[in-house]
Amino acid sequence: MMNNEEIEIKVLLNAIQLKYGYDFTQYADASLTRRIHKSLSDSGYKRISEMIPPLLYDKDFFNSFLNNLTVNVTEMYRDPPFFRSIREKVVPYLKTFPFIKVWSVGIATGEEVYSLAIMLKEEGLYDKALIYATDFNDTVLEIAQKGIYPAQSIKTSTRNYQKSGGKHSFATYYHADYDSVIFDRALKKNIVFANHNLATDGVFGEMNLILCRNVLIYFNRALQDRVLKLFHDSLRTNGFLCLGSRESIDFSTVAPAFVPVKKRLRIFQKKKGQIKELSDES
Amino acid sequence: MKVDFSAVVVGVSAGGFQALHTLLPMLPKAFPAPVIVVQHRMAGEDDYFVESLNSKSLVTVKEAEEKEEIRPGTAYIAPGGYHLLIEKDHTFSLSVDEPVCYARPSIDVLFETAARVYGSHLVGIILTGANNDGSNGIKTIKQGNGLTIAQDPETAEVNLMPQSAIATHCVDFILPLEDIPSFLTNLVEDNHGNF
Repeated sequence: MMNNEEIEIKVLLNAIQLKYGYDFTQYADASLTRRIHKSLSDSGYKRISEMIPPLLYDKDFFNSFLNNLTVNVTEMYRDPPFFRSIREKVVPYLKTFPFIKVWSVGIATGEEVYSLAIMLKEEGLYDKALIYATDFNDTVLEIAQKGIYPAQSIKTSTRNYQKSGGKHSFATYYHADYDSVIFDRALKKNIVFANHNLATDGVFGEMNLILCRNVLIYFNRALQDRVLKLFHDSLRTNGFLCLGSRESIDFSTVAPAFVPVKKRLRIFQKKKGQIKELSDES
Repeated sequence: MKVDFSAVVVGVSAGGFQALHTLLPMLPKAFPAPVIVVQHRMAGEDDYFVESLNSKSLVTVKEAEEKEEIRPGTAYIAPGGYHLLIEKDHTFSLSVDEPVCYARPSIDVLFETAARVYGSHLVGIILTGANNDGSNGIKTIKQGNGLTIAQDPETAEVNLMPQSAIATHCVDFILPLEDIPSFLTNLVEDNHGNF
């Protein structure tokens, strides 16, 4: 038997799906429930079901609900050893191509895309790269596209950049203006910002590298498996898949198609036959 | 006293290395509930801490993994940099939601999601720490009729966190750290007989 709260959440999610097409029904419950409660307490309503009418009839209410529901916490060079490993293990391989396609998935406010763009630039790859940067939330995509961030974040960003193997002064990549920093416009030249929903949308073709870090943890196993298949089908043979440091592909039906390049850091390569030369299992 | 509990959640911050090295090794191997721990720590400084606790304890001590099934006789430590949450089907999930009380993992997040799942069959414990994370979680556990314990602040390396939990007036027992394992074991024996 479902309790009242579970019923209310189910009805609310169905209403959102019917009205707006966003499918949250395969998200992990605990976090989703926690965030719905956060919206509830911000809204002043007493019961979750009371939010259904404003969700249907008030677009602004829906937008702020959606922003509350989806997690938009990110930072530049989150997990610096990961980026260092990309430079050391993946970049040399990418350099052998005349042109590369990269998909950064679930970019939120975009810090990781700029981290990636700067790294590719320093490695001489940027001018032959096309970066697809996607999220299903238009509000955060807009922020990402602007590339303007609060100045107080720059200290952590700079430290992380240095730890990640950054080669220059980080300050050369942004312009500080009062309490904001604006990233160099040139970094956006080869980035395509686009709306893409992992729960409902399809393949994004022929990628050499896919980054999707700390997105799968919000999904249930069925949706995780769907998304991993989608990544498998979007990657070229020998292309790379990067997940968050506590995310796994072991359970998935596509697991046999990948070899770990850096298992601890969740960098995998889609294999063809027995290609294992990059694997070190550490 | 009869308290039939299915899980123990523990929140600990500054001074936690010592406190957990006292608490976990005193639990019997067949402790019939899972012990789920949030120790405040940074991302990426994980392995030694968990390995050290595991080598000194009879229960298995391991880092909690995403979607892992929660089992008795095991102590789970939240990974650094992630919130640890409990799902209704008794598995873990992780999140990178914003920090709570400057902390990720946050004790409140674990306690509140655990209370939702285990209700009155939950024991929540606040140990040493220099933060008030966990106080809201203790309130939530009490609202769900769970049992709550705070380490006696006088025996805590840093007393702020247990003091702040006690100040919620939702703490059932205040115990010196060394007494907590036998207290838990006695609760279990009342219900499950000797093991």
